Amino acid sequence: MSYLFIQFLDTVHQNNADNYLPIGLQLIFAAGFVATMLALSAIVGPKRATKDKLATFTSGIESHGDARQPMAIKYFLVAILFVLFDVEVIFFYPYAVNFRELGWSGFGAVLMFVAFFLVGFVYIIKKGALKWED
Amino acid sequence: MTLLSLNIDWILLIEKLALIAIVVFASLGIALYTTFGERKVAAILQDRPGPNRAGPFGLLQPLADGVKMFTKEDIIPSSASKWLFILGPGLAMTASLMTCAVIPWGGTIELFGRTISLQIADINIGILYIFAVVSLGVYGIMIGGWASNNKFSLMAALRGASQAISYELAMGLSLIAVLMLSGSLSLGDIVKQQQAGWWNIVYQPLGFLIFFICALAECNRTPFDLPEAENELNFGYHQEYSSMKLGFYLFAEYINMIMSSAVMASLYFGGYDIPFVNDAELQTHLGNWVALFQVGTLLIKIVFFIFLFMWIRWTIPRFRYDQLMNLGWKSMIPLALVNMLVTGALVLLKMNNWHF
Amino acid sequence: MNITQILFWFLSVLALVSALMVLLSKNPVHSVLWLIVVFFAISGHYILLNAQFLAIVNLIVYAGAIMVLFLFVIMLMNLSADTEPQKNVWMKLAGTIAGGCFLISTCNIVYNAQNVSQEIAGKTALLNQGNIGLIGNLGKVLFKDYVVPFEISSVLFLSAMVGAVVIGKKEKSNV
Repeated sequence: MSYLFIQFLDTVHQNNADNYLPIGLQLIFAAGFVATMLALSAIVGPKRATKDKLATFTSGIESHGDARQPMAIKYFLVAILFVLFDVEVIFFYPYAVNFRELGWSGFGAVLMFVAFFLVGFVYIIKKGALKWED
Repeated sequence: MTLLSLNIDWILLIEKLALIAIVVFASLGIALYTTFGERKVAAILQDRPGPNRAGPFGLLQPLADGVKMFTKEDIIPSSASKWLFILGPGLAMTASLMTCAVIPWGGTIELFGRTISLQIADINIGILYIFAVVSLGVYGIMIGGWASNNKFSLMAALRGASQAISYELAMGLSLIAVLMLSGSLSLGDIVKQQQAGWWNIVYQPLGFLIFFICALAECNRTPFDLPEAENELNFGYHQEYSSMKLGFYLFAEYINMIMSSAVMASLYFGGYDIPFVNDAELQTHLGNWVALFQVGTLLIKIVFFIFLFMWIRWTIPRFRYDQLMNLGWKSMIPLALVNMLVTGALVLLKMNNWHF
Repeated sequence: MNITQILFWFLSVLALVSALMVLLSKNPVHSVLWLIVVFFAISGHYILLNAQFLAIVNLIVYAGAIMVLFLFVIMLMNLSADTEPQKNVWMKLAGTIAGGCFLISTCNIVYNAQNVSQEIAGKTALLNQGNIGLIGNLGKVLFKDYVVPFEISSVLFLSAMVGAVVIGKKEKSNV
């Protein structure tokens, strides 16, 4: 593994961790670029801070309290359903790669999985968990 | 111990760094001119000239905008959480710059006896990587909106995050049908398969439509630009931002647009494949020039999609929030599931020699 | 020391420091962000072990979905400084004891495993080799050998959905 980056170009189908190094490089590059730009613009720009300028903007009306207060539960419900559905969607990816090989038996398994998925989905909709106007 | 004893292929490292720098700065440049394109397209659709003062045909306008944005005063509201306030736009921009790593921008070129691939990283699970970066893009909006400590920003951030995660599901599901056809998650492989046969759009028109709608929603473009609904929320999740931080939020949106166009082109429209031409045969005649034509082809496809995005923006009004959520959960997800199952069944039937 | 080892130590230190920061941050939003860094470091470890699918799923599900849920929950709470609940000393003590017990039992399991099983004693993990973590092989195993657990997991999802709706949605009595 010390020969990292050697023979790299022939590794298209030689799946190992080396393939991910360019992504690491890009992360460093992108984050560095963003940080540099933010720092430079903060240095270049003028600084004339006044009390009014630093106040929270609420269209000229004096603001009451701050935004650290509870929000509607609906968003929370969407987020928790998202987590569940996301995991279910992830399960389909390994299937999609292999599905020709798995044939009808694999398709049957996925069909059953989707059936359970849909039962839950119908339940959610019937209970009105995704209803926004109430 | 010296660094050289690590056995790193330095040439390859430099090559990859150069490619990264080119791709990142090119996408920044294109994004800069996409803002100009947006204003021009809007002007044409509304029968007015649009920006035309800075330089010939107003071509220097985006540079002027950029310089202005860069040199503006950087305001951090006194009630905001300072570090999170700075982190928000940084995360949004970094996430949008990360997508381009797995997109194949062209075939290969021969340079100094080396074969250089025009893809930064051809990984085994390229599509899942894009999916991951998209799902991390939510943080830019959420953290920025929350750190501003402004009720409007927070509302917009919650809306934006809910919208993004809702449409992410349908997006993930619509992709699976394409993967069933290709049997690979590597974008490089998917494009190569389309070069050999038909483009995926022929087999997956519904899947493409779902993906396109979800891409609109993920990029917060009209008709899904509720996080920026200025008539209800002042300006949206970035309303306390100024200077380059605001610039990054706006810029990230345009880069996301370019990248989602590139992904759509690669998945459904053959990527860098030049239509009606056998690329491999061409390469024997023209050599490295083919790669250039391929990059050009991909860029034309991207520009077409960006134009489509803009056309929709200046034609269709914004959804109401409940309509948006109903569309995402009750139409897109079931539709994508049906599309996936029908595709799977048809491919399996065809494999077992059913003629229809 | 080669690059893999350097990366291993870098990622380990990153994971441990960020995990400590999760605990030490006063602001819950900071804690969530540090937790995301922990997940990134762990995904890096998975990639070093060539468990690519697991690495990316760790990012999508944990960093991309569950942490968004955490952020939503934190934003749902009232975080003004004046409503910060005062923690009871006894609660802190109970937490310390419970955490300590967990730590001791974990250490015990690791120690025993090393003694009991000769197969893993004194061996390190396979770095950057083995193909079982690739998505194709994983799919074959999942849909051939583990079909039944896969189906059972869908029942689990169903019950989780019901639970989420029951907690999050109040039945209206006057409908």
